[in-house]
Amino acid sequence: MLGLDKKDSTLLLIVVALTMLAPFILNPFPTESGLAQFNAGYPDLMQRFVIFGIFAIGFNILFGLTGYLSFGHAAFLGIGSYSAVWMFKLLSMNIIPAILLSVVIAGIFALVIGFVSLRRTGIYFSILTLAFAQMSFALAYSVLTPLTNGETGLQLTLNDPRILGISQTADGSIPVTNLFGLEMRGAFDLVVGPWSFTFSAGYYVCAVVMLLAFYMSIRIFRSPFGLMLRAIKSNQQRLNYTGLNPKPYTLAAFVISGMYAGLAGGLMAAMDPLAGAERMQWTASGEVVLMTILGGAGTLIGPVLGAGMIKYFENIFSKINDNVLHSWFSFMPDGLEDSVVFIIHPFVGKGWHLTLGIIFMLVVTFLPGGLVEGGQRIARLFRRKKTVEPKSAKTEPAE
Amino acid sequence: MSIKNVTRRGVIKTGAAAGAGLALPTYLSAASHTGFTNAPGNDKVTLGFNVPQTGAYADEGADELRAYELAVEHLNGGGDGGMLSTFSSQVLDGTGILGRKVEYVTGDTQTKSDAARASAKSMIEKDGAIMITGGSSSGVAVAVQGLCQEAGVIFMAGLTHSNDTTGKDKKANGFRHFFNGYMSAAALAPVLAKNYGNDRKAYHLTADYTWGWTQQESIAAATEALGWQTVNNVLTPLAATDFSSYIAPVLNSGADVLVLNHYGGNMVNSLTNAVQFGLREKMVDNKQFEIVVPLYSRLMAKGAGANVKGIFGSTNWHWSLQDEGSKAFVKSFGTKYGFPPSQAAHTCYVQTLLYADAVQRGGSFNPCSVGEALEGFEFDGLGNGPTLYRAEDHQCFKDVLVVKGKENPTSEFDLLEIVEITPRAQVEYAPDHPMFAGGQLGSCNPGA
Repeated sequence: MLGLDKKDSTLLLIVVALTMLAPFILNPFPTESGLAQFNAGYPDLMQRFVIFGIFAIGFNILFGLTGYLSFGHAAFLGIGSYSAVWMFKLLSMNIIPAILLSVVIAGIFALVIGFVSLRRTGIYFSILTLAFAQMSFALAYSVLTPLTNGETGLQLTLNDPRILGISQTADGSIPVTNLFGLEMRGAFDLVVGPWSFTFSAGYYVCAVVMLLAFYMSIRIFRSPFGLMLRAIKSNQQRLNYTGLNPKPYTLAAFVISGMYAGLAGGLMAAMDPLAGAERMQWTASGEVVLMTILGGAGTLIGPVLGAGMIKYFENIFSKINDNVLHSWFSFMPDGLEDSVVFIIHPFVGKGWHLTLGIIFMLVVTFLPGGLVEGGQRIARLFRRKKTVEPKSAKTEPAE
Repeated sequence: MSIKNVTRRGVIKTGAAAGAGLALPTYLSAASHTGFTNAPGNDKVTLGFNVPQTGAYADEGADELRAYELAVEHLNGGGDGGMLSTFSSQVLDGTGILGRKVEYVTGDTQTKSDAARASAKSMIEKDGAIMITGGSSSGVAVAVQGLCQEAGVIFMAGLTHSNDTTGKDKKANGFRHFFNGYMSAAALAPVLAKNYGNDRKAYHLTADYTWGWTQQESIAAATEALGWQTVNNVLTPLAATDFSSYIAPVLNSGADVLVLNHYGGNMVNSLTNAVQFGLREKMVDNKQFEIVVPLYSRLMAKGAGANVKGIFGSTNWHWSLQDEGSKAFVKSFGTKYGFPPSQAAHTCYVQTLLYADAVQRGGSFNPCSVGEALEGFEFDGLGNGPTLYRAEDHQCFKDVLVVKGKENPTSEFDLLEIVEITPRAQVEYAPDHPMFAGGQLGSCNPGA
């Protein structure tokens, strides 16, 4: 199907099913139940899942295939966001031109930064990209304030020109981002008994873009170009001796993954028209590295899973406060309740970083191939009898 | 990748799919339920408390959260009622808001616009919050205020001191009780002139972001109007922790006053550096060298320790105030948590009460009704004397406190002493003042 072999087609179909049915899958608990705290099926978080999925897929093309660890990918995400918001300010609220511009601008920046950084490999490459990203952050945060609005972040205002659109709606508010009239904010709730599922237009737009990005990434993984990138990862020196110049390949991979990041940034701005400098900070760059490693670097689906996991912790666990804990354990006798809450307290709410850190450590120690390896091990348990695995089923996890 | 042959059937198929795709918008277009975003049911209403729980302002955030919890307790009729009894508007009776029990959700802004918006969005979309409040930094407040405007809920700003929040970036759905850079400057400058004379040369160190700039602009304008000169203004990166290299040039600049337009950890570090360099013992042209910190908070004073002694600054509120409202608040806060509240806690507590009161008076949770009830609202008894919520820019106008680091603190909380309570008339400005120009409120947005 679509030029993919059977195994990849199945994977693609699974991803299609997962993304399209996400509003159901992510809202398994009835709205009024205590467990509703764990529901993640609200538009903003679903959008974040797929947008960071795109970001991680792009990062994986560089890191998973060539082994070049970029510590500055958030810069491209931020550049994409700024480009998109400027497009909303100047041209129109349609998301298509905004996303196109964000991909192009991010690509140009990736070309320049990649050209310089790729002169070195290993840790020096990582440090160079990190330096560029921090430079971009500093520029956006203070130096280029007229362009980026500094610390406050670039926002839409009622005075923006919007040549192909309207500066403000009839009732005096800022128009909403849309796709040929389909409002990104639009959503409708489906209530089935005690359950409530939200279908958001913005989410489905992001999901479709994510599927395209995912499909592209499969094609890149399976192409001769992808093979070349893997060769670079396994032994660059050997490649040099055979008379091949790896530079154009790594640069192409860098630009492609920069464009993916720009796409993610553009989509973020399309869902919520604001671009802040923190998006470019080194912690944001580190986050995508974590996502990729947590999910499984070098695998197709891994980065998406990792992105989902981190965003879930950030948005769901961080909101569990003492009040919520007390209501969960209210069935216990008072003293016991307090001590249980006391034990759990450091791991939820503002302590979500701690929980995530522990999980990350466990995954890296026991499942070096990330969540994907975990899935594979479980799958293997269930079909022990088949000793010989089809060769194409496995993608090499990164070291 | 391969190029496929174009067939007639293929073209028709693709055309049909594209057509269906384009028709989808008309079917899916925005939600159409009536009324306003997150209209509460008959028995409870949810408020969203969005404060920094991690990062540079986590201390302020924690104190804000305590204040919010206290406010909810009082609104639901628990505790001793705090300021409910001293508030000039007496429509709140401890039965929640409009008979609905008040519940709340919390979130972590991480002092980042993005994270703050994500957290606020999840409160609005997932938890059904009808009002968002909080923020310990102007950047975050402005970002969340913009979001609330778009989503159609009310934003009651917490600690945000930049002129922009109710200036260039003001929004119809956003309201600020806290004072701002202009008011700080207008209150502080006369006190400085009285204590240090009209013939001074000031050197500014300014945090390089929106708040720092508006603060510096305000204080420079106010002091220059009284005859001071501004020798130099040096911008320092927000992430800086060591300010020695910025302090050294001050020594030879000929300036005799150093103004630190810094907040939080920045201020603690720059002030400590300045004191270490012996600036406070220095004499310039027979005048004692002085240091000024325009925006003070007790938490910062605690961080800077003995270095704050005798240094002037301004603050929105202080727990040692002796009016009925402040006493009631300090008492119930102290009873519950064992120490006095900070100014951040005060403004957050008051904002929650003001919101509840506006809903009650307007008879509806509709943001437009709340906005109408707050605009031009005159009240008293909430710790700052007679206060006005101005309709033109949704900024509160009230007395401003000029404070000084206490020479002989009696406890670890007794760090600032009130030098002067600057009357409201002195800090008022026109809504179209150049420092606040450029923004529009727009119209209130009730959402879906």
